[in-house]
Amino acid sequence: MSQPLRIVVAKPGLDGHDRGAKVVARTLRDAGHEVIYTGLRRTAQQIVETVRDEDARFLGLSSLSGAHNHLFPRVCELLVAEGLNDVIVFAGGIIPHDDRSGLFSCKIRAIFGPGTPTAEILEFIDTSSNMADIGVGDSNDWFWESSA
Amino acid sequence: MTGFGNLLLEVFFLNEQLIIDAINGNRRSVARTLSGLENGHITLGQIRQIADISMLAKDNDKWHSIAITGAPGVGKSCLIDKLLANWAGTGLKVALLAIDPSSPRTGGALLGDRVRITAIDLVDVKDKIYVRSIATRKSSGSVPLIVSDMIEFLILAGWDKVIIETVGSGQAEVRCAAIADRIVVVEGPARGDGVQAEKAGLLELADAVIVNKSDLDGAERHAEELIESFHLGLGDAPPVLLTSAINGDGIAAASSTLLGIKDSGRSNRARWRERLLAQHERRILESAKLEEILVLLAAGSISIIEALDILGGNKNE
Repeated sequence: MSQPLRIVVAKPGLDGHDRGAKVVARTLRDAGHEVIYTGLRRTAQQIVETVRDEDARFLGLSSLSGAHNHLFPRVCELLVAEGLNDVIVFAGGIIPHDDRSGLFSCKIRAIFGPGTPTAEILEFIDTSSNMADIGVGDSNDWFWESSA
Repeated sequence: MTGFGNLLLEVFFLNEQLIIDAINGNRRSVARTLSGLENGHITLGQIRQIADISMLAKDNDKWHSIAITGAPGVGKSCLIDKLLANWAGTGLKVALLAIDPSSPRTGGALLGDRVRITAIDLVDVKDKIYVRSIATRKSSGSVPLIVSDMIEFLILAGWDKVIIETVGSGQAEVRCAAIADRIVVVEGPARGDGVQAEKAGLLELADAVIVNKSDLDGAERHAEELIESFHLGLGDAPPVLLTSAINGDGIAAASSTLLGIKDSGRSNRARWRERLLAQHERRILESAKLEEILVLLAAGSISIIEALDILGGNKNE
């Protein structure tokens, strides 16, 4: 690997559970990436500013509070408004399958539920980092078919 | 012109536009230029051609960059958070480069300093604060010089003060600190007996020492021991300040003292030694002949002394 990828892992909204986010952060670190963890209870605006200032290529959003349908689209909207069209967004936590298609249409490119093998997340990062037009501002409809 | 030439030209103009946007205050361009420096796609030379380099002028009374260093857990990040809010509140534009080690095994890094920085969320000052996490990456020897390039770029892009946060352990971190105009060492309350304060190390390079967590027992005693220890030595003693980042005691005083600290001149030679070694190491790591010479060394066809002579330009192959 030439340069490590810079990845922001964020916890939007009122949600105190970050075991999952920390496991993902740790997995990405151990795969040789540079992971910037935001800490708990960030607003969409704060997360977008972190992605911008840290020049991150990926943003991982974690939510277990049930507010994903409100918070995730807001983050995607603000990323585009800020001109961060090429950032690749993925998500995880408790996201019911019925809610997923709506989030994919906001150009979130993968949603990983509980029980996803960490290797699958790395596979997604590898695959998507080699794709050119799957940023949050790209119209491409591609998304990762996750196992959980 | 060949296609490759066109591509080079295109990259050159892309970089140029990026640097111009960064200097004009576009934060994303600032972030991207820093990545460019880190990854070697952009050089300081390119930036200098575009920027107004008279901004780099400095004298003994004015500093551009300050290293804040100390052992893990003494409260560097919390203290820096308070300094950021205070300095930005006076109208200064302040950038923080928070340096954390990369795993020597995988090259990855978990950069968590942002978690404690709340000043970037204060609506009144957040436009005046920029925070960037930096991993030391595999070739940690070259990191200090990259940081030095980043500092210069940020100053050229109109940031008044640059804070470098490093853990004060390990040669790369000491070298990062030595690159800054001023060095502040942060200590916690009473770490061991008075003899600890006599030990050589980072404290000898300090322009100021802050004993944080003054709300806890032992902080005042530790500060007294430090002052006593500095007075046993030669030359001017650096100021020793007490703060409590958690309840705000001493923060206002520390903020204004640090803004005005002069180059103490202490251990100037030790500092230049670190800078010289860093530059020397970088020259070797960036040499076009490096790969070739490593092959020759591995094959046993030249000695290390000969290799150094070739890399240093004292001898042709």
